[in-house]
This record gives sequence, structure tokens and C-alpha cells, in this order.
Amino acid sequence: MSEEGLSIADYPLAEKRPDIVRGKRGRGLDEITLEALLEERITLEDLRITEAALRQQAEIARAAGRGTLAANFERGAELVDVPQDTIMRVYELLRPGRAQSQEELIAAARELRDQYGAKSIAAFLEEAAEVYERRGLFKKRF
Amino acid sequence: MAREPRTFANRWKRFSDWDERPLRLDKFAIEDAENGFASFTSRHDPKPGLTLSSGGVDEMDGIGVSDFDMIDTFIVRYHIDPAIAPEAMDLPSHEIARMLVDMNVPRSELVRLARGMTPAKLAEVVTQLSSLEIAFAYSKMRARKTPGNQAHVTNAKDDPLQMAADAATAVAFGFDEVETTMRVARNAWSNALACAVGASVGRWGTLFQCSSEEAEELKIGMAGFTSYAETVSVYGTEKSFIDGDDTPWSKAFLAAAYASRGIKMRCTSGAGSELLMGFHEKKSLLYLEARCLCLQRAMGVQGTQNGGIDGAPITCTVPGGMRELMAENLIAVWLDLECASGNDARATESEIRVGAKIMPFLIAGSDLICSGFGSILKYDNSFNASLLNGEELEDYLVLQRDFEADGGLTPVEETHVLALRTRAVEAIGAVLEELGLGQPTEGMKSSVIAASGSDETRSYLPRDVVPISESIKERGITVVDVIKALARRGFTEEAENLLKLLRLRVSGDYLQTSAVVRDGRVLSAINDPNDYLGPGTGYRVSEARRGEIVAIRDVLTREEVLRAEAVHKAAESKRVSYRTMGPAAAGKDRCEVVIGVSPAFGVKLFQTIAGHPLSAILRELIGGITEGGAKARVVRMKHTADTSFLGLSAAHLSGSGVGIGIQAKGTAVIHQNDRLPHNNLELFSNSPITRLEHYRHMGANAAAYALGKMPEPVVVPTRGEAMGSRYHARVSLIYAIETELTSEGAMPEDVEVTFMGSAA
Repeated sequence: MSEEGLSIADYPLAEKRPDIVRGKRGRGLDEITLEALLEERITLEDLRITEAALRQQAEIARAAGRGTLAANFERGAELVDVPQDTIMRVYELLRPGRAQSQEELIAAARELRDQYGAKSIAAFLEEAAEVYERRGLFKKRF
Repeated sequence: MAREPRTFANRWKRFSDWDERPLRLDKFAIEDAENGFASFTSRHDPKPGLTLSSGGVDEMDGIGVSDFDMIDTFIVRYHIDPAIAPEAMDLPSHEIARMLVDMNVPRSELVRLARGMTPAKLAEVVTQLSSLEIAFAYSKMRARKTPGNQAHVTNAKDDPLQMAADAATAVAFGFDEVETTMRVARNAWSNALACAVGASVGRWGTLFQCSSEEAEELKIGMAGFTSYAETVSVYGTEKSFIDGDDTPWSKAFLAAAYASRGIKMRCTSGAGSELLMGFHEKKSLLYLEARCLCLQRAMGVQGTQNGGIDGAPITCTVPGGMRELMAENLIAVWLDLECASGNDARATESEIRVGAKIMPFLIAGSDLICSGFGSILKYDNSFNASLLNGEELEDYLVLQRDFEADGGLTPVEETHVLALRTRAVEAIGAVLEELGLGQPTEGMKSSVIAASGSDETRSYLPRDVVPISESIKERGITVVDVIKALARRGFTEEAENLLKLLRLRVSGDYLQTSAVVRDGRVLSAINDPNDYLGPGTGYRVSEARRGEIVAIRDVLTREEVLRAEAVHKAAESKRVSYRTMGPAAAGKDRCEVVIGVSPAFGVKLFQTIAGHPLSAILRELIGGITEGGAKARVVRMKHTADTSFLGLSAAHLSGSGVGIGIQAKGTAVIHQNDRLPHNNLELFSNSPITRLEHYRHMGANAAAYALGKMPEPVVVPTRGEAMGSRYHARVSLIYAIETELTSEGAMPEDVEVTFMGSAA
């Protein structure tokens, strides 16, 4: 999507660029109607954000001068397809004293990178591993 | 001579009076930086500084890279922009402070510079601003142009029916966001479902969150019940962070997780949290908060709930505490974060301090002025009482009107609220039935619709709610099931509204900074940026919006005054008749007291402000004069309606030289013919508290003056009521009716007064 070069003039996408807004299974916004929901043509799955939408919002955020927000959207984009249980497990592992060594975090980083292509999230976890080691967080707290 | 009683005093009793005021329930703390009680500065705060080398940052705020804690590390890696830092750090702080309050320096330039500034630098700059300058700078620097507000919707019973009714009510008052939480942790799912249904009544677009345990909250969001989260807390010292059971990396991961689920998110931080948690490192509240805020920008969250929050009460115990809360909010918006600006936990028992606390934000505006205005009663607030609550909501509406300031709320008519509450309770009742979660009775529902708070309901209790909540969770009920249930039971509009909110997730537009939904459109710092550059720019209350703000209930109109008088006229016609006898001549009788009545007295106006019929007033005055040994004559003045001149004119006509002047509203005076107009003998200026016996006594005193005696003047006791605020609107309308009837040079006329029947 980055070649589109979205700018703040394209925002809000739902209004200005409905043509590029698509749900998880390719449904457009105009297809998301109460009727369709009642007839089960639309499910909760169609109402989830997509990796593409987050990358588009990242472009807009960056165009508005908000680089750190854009980076968060990009990390989010990498997590869209990561199952809830995995997300909660990795979050738990990042909390103080949960991981007992750098290796546990590094292993989680490898899993996210290899299975979901989550490169920046993986790098983020590896960075945490290094900082936690330096600050002595790998010890049991309770 | 009897022994005079003496007063033994070891104390000026005013201090005892003061002891009884709500203010004295507030406990204040001495400034003591060593123990963490310092708002703006501590000698342990570092001097701002940043040393860059080819390898990156070597030193920040006096700490070398090898000694960086997690917070320093995160800030240096993700917040500090090395391309801007040298320029920004070199600018003298007082110069940047001046830029913040210079309307000619655009917000964008200051936001750019903030990216190169360390926490100590940001703190040093805002410390130079007075409270007024902070408020002004806040108004200029906040990200979204249009201000908004957030409500708490909770109740002491976790009752889903009341939750829905109160959510619908909050939406009607115009809150952009609704936040709920529960008394019993397990009731989170029920609360979320009920609030989501309630918030879909009336209009769509109010964002909704359910504050609960981190993992649970994300799951509830995933099920589609909530649309944002804000209780992702961060702290300004490493030890506090760890005791909060998180790190900057875990919280930033959570932020990305929320984004991945299409849920709007902001962090929470505020002065005093480190102090409360015991790890303040002897630093000032502001410096620690500046660290929190740099960290939040670094994490890439769009916004912050900031301004003390749970730490607001302790911050307000310290000198400059309220100014500090404003200063940290300023740093938040300067860092380009959406700011839900506190004004949340009730930081004082003093209503004056409450009003003072909210004022700067009301006039400056904020993305969300309160990060939880208690839209429910205090005892129903499961977060604890807010600065402003259901009890005081109308006070806030009036403040908006007083200052023509947009505080994000809109007055709502009684009948409309009742209709919405009914609809919300019917809707949640239908959903509970459709999903096999409950069968609320008509009695339960009707008690909730009318209830101001949960004390008055006969509905679900916390224990009844647990199985409902657990069933929602275990059966994996999602918002789609709720939408279908609503539609099946004919709540099509509510079903559509919920679906529209859910559809926001697909594009993710509302994940951008300061996003709210107004009139079906996402409004954020991108398409509604604050463009303040002096008068005439930035947010202005439009004519249409002003019309909404000023439309509070029960405002007085001239028509209403005239309608009331018409009712009194009918009653008075049975009690008294006035017969005009022709021009009044000067009296000869030395025992005479003339009562000079005003032009509209008994003609167009029939009752005093205190509610006494004018016939009763005349009866008392005449009775008093007669008892005092004098004779009364009633004269209508037509050249003036002013009390002093009514009295003086009456005195001039009076054979004794003493007269009484009285207006229809009840203001009365005793005058003497040789005195200056405004130098009377006795005056009843507070007609609303003047009782019939006062008028009788006035009559008797007038007689005494006429007979050359010196009576004890009548004193109408006042307890300090705000007479002007209570009565002046009505008084002015009534007085205008009097003055309309006056004409220059018109002669006074004798009036024959005949009382009919018994006294009113």
C-alpha cells in the first residue's frame, strides 16, 4: 500500500477513500449492513481491522508528522493475524519477572518472526530481552 | 448593677466556623521534596541536558547511558529525535516558554521542537508559566480543535438495566466517550454488554470502554462490546513501573495489540502515582510526569489520560498542585498526544475548589475535558466520586452558558431523557431475554427508568449479575449476537447504531490522534486540527452550538411573569377593590400617613416577590398605621415607580410629613418630607424575605414618626441569601411593567381601598 502514498487529504479513509477500505474477507464498507449481518453474509470476522488498513493509517499518521504513532500502527499490523492466546502469552512474558532469562523472550521473538512475519515486533522483543537483562528483570517476583 | 456576663475566649470563633466547612475535610501536606511532596521542583530533579555522539545519546538529563533505567532507555530510543534535539535543547527554556504563549508561533513548530526535548527540559519550560499562561498554552496546543467530554457510567449494583439507562442518558447529554467499570470483577462482561446497548440509544458514535484487568479488557474489546481502552498505566520511575506489573515494552506491546484489534487506545499517567506507590526518587511530581509523557509518545500511543487521575487528590494536597496538574496536561498536548485531561477523581470536598479546578479546562477546551465526568450519582460511581458528578451536572451546564464555553455537553429536556431511559431499558431487557440471559420484570424496569441512583431501584443485585456476566463470557456471546437480538425484537435503530460503531474498526480512522465521532463522522487531530493563531481562529462556539449551550431548563420569560400575574389578578379581585377618587391634594391632618403605591400596584401586578397578595400588604400597612394612632390614606403615584420617590412623594402629600412608598414587588420605604430622596427613615430593600408582620410593624413605625416619636426601626433579618441571583431576573421583568405605566408629570391620585372577605 505504501506506493499509494496516502496523505492527510485521504483521511478519513471511510469517507474519502472507501474504495481502498476492505474488511478481512474483502468486503467493502457498503456491504456491511444490518441486513447482511442478519442474513449472516457478514460476521464479526468482516468487522476486524486488517493489516492493510493499519499500514494505511500508519502512512497517514506519518504524513501528519506522527512517526511514533505510525510505528505503533505498523507493529499492530504485524499482530493482526496473531491469535489472541499468543498475544496474551507474549504480553504476559513481557511483564516483569515472568521470563526467567533472555532466551525465553528471544524464543518468542523467533516464533513471531517465523510464523507471522512480525519483524518489528520480534526486534522489539529482542530489545526488551537486552534491557531486561541489564536491569535485572529476569527474576521471579511472586 | 448586675454583673455583666463575660465571654471567655481562647479562640476566635470564626476558626470554629471554618472547621465546619467541607474544605476542612481536605487534608493538606507540607511541601517536602525529600519525601516526594513537591509539585514543580525538587533539588533532586536533574538539570536538562542531552549529549549526542555518533553512537546515539551518551547522556540524558544528567544520567549516562550505562546508568539508564528502562524508562530512560525507552525515551532515548523512541522519543528523542536526534535531528531536532541539538536545536531544541539549545533554545533557552524561557524563550520556549514565551513561544508557548505567543499566538503567532504555530502549534506545529512547538510540536516539532518537543520531539527533541528531554523530560527535564519540557518540565523546566512549563515551570516558567503561570496558571493563566498554562491554560492559554493548553488551549493553543491541544491537538483536536473541537472540545469533548467523557462520562463514567457505573452503578453500585452492577445492574445492567440501570447501566443501559444511564449510558443512554450520558449519550443524550453529549458525552463523546463513556467509561464503565464494575463493583465485582466478574461482572465486566455484563456491564460492557449493557452499556454498549444503552449507548446505542438515541444516536450513534459515542465510544465506549470497560475498564478491567488488562487481558480481560482486550477480550471484551475483541468481542466487539467496547471501542476504546484507556487504563494502560505507565509510571515515571522504574520501581513503580515494576510494581505496576509492567515495563515500557510490555505496555507498548499491549498498545500494538489494541491497534491490531482496531481498538482506540490511550495510556494513563498522572502526578502522584509514584508518590502513592512509594517510589518517587525524591523527584518533583512534574518531572516524573514529564518522563511518563515522553514515554507515551515513544510508545506510539495516540493519547493519554493525564492530569493526576488517581493521583490528583494527593497532588492537590501540595502547594501548586492544581497548577501542576495543568502543567502536565500541557506537556501531554505539546507532545502531540490526545489528552483526556483528568478532572476525574474528586480531589476535594470543597465545591469552590471543584469549580476552580474545572474552570481553566472549560474555557481552554480539551479533547476530553474530564476523563470521567461522573454522569451518575457519587455513590454509584464504581471508580469513586468524580470531580463533577450527576449531582452537579446542571451546575456544569450553567457554567458552559455563563462563559459561552463548549464543555462538550448539551442540556436535555426532561421528557426526552425519560423517553430515552425507557427505550434503553426496554432494549437491554429484550437483549437479555433474546439471549437467554435474564427476564427482567416490569417492576424492575420501571424502577430503573425513574431512578436517579441505584438506591431507588428494585432490580438486579451484584450477585444476580455474576451468572449473566459469566454466561456472556463462557458462551462467547459477541456484539454481533447483541445486534441480531436487538433487530429481532424491533430495535432496528439501536442495532444499526451498534453496527456503525463496529464498522469504524474496518478503516481504523478512529485510531488516529484525538478521534471522536460527531454527527456520524470521525473527527480527529487530522481532519479537525487545532489551528489557533489568535482571536478569530481555533475553536469558536458557532451560533448553532451556542443555541444548544444556552438552552438550559426553567429560564424566565416575560410571558411567564405575565401569566403568573393573570392568575394572581383573579384571586385578588375577590379580596380587594381600588377606586380612583381623582387628583390627590396635600393633606392637612397632622396624624395622617400617606401610603404611596406604585403605578402597577393592583393594576397589573398583584403579588410581592415574597408571594404576599398586595391586598394583604395594604391591610397590614393600614392596620399598623391605625394601631399606631395615625390615619392612613392611599395614593397612587403615576410619575414614578422608584421606591424612594414613591416614599418621598407620599411624604410630601402627607399631613404629618411622613409617608410610605411601596412597589408592587414589595419593596417599601418610610420617608419624611424634609429628607433627601435616598436618605429615608426606614427601608425594606429585601422584599423576598419581608414577611407580613414586617409590613404591619412598618405601618406602626410610620405612625410613630408622624406623631413625633422615635420607634425601634424594623430590621428584616437576612441570612445572606443571594437575593440577586434568586430574584433579580423576575424583579427586572416586574419592574419594567411598573416603569411602562409611569408618565412624566402625571399627578398622584387618591385611591379608595375596600377589602372584601377575610384576610388572604
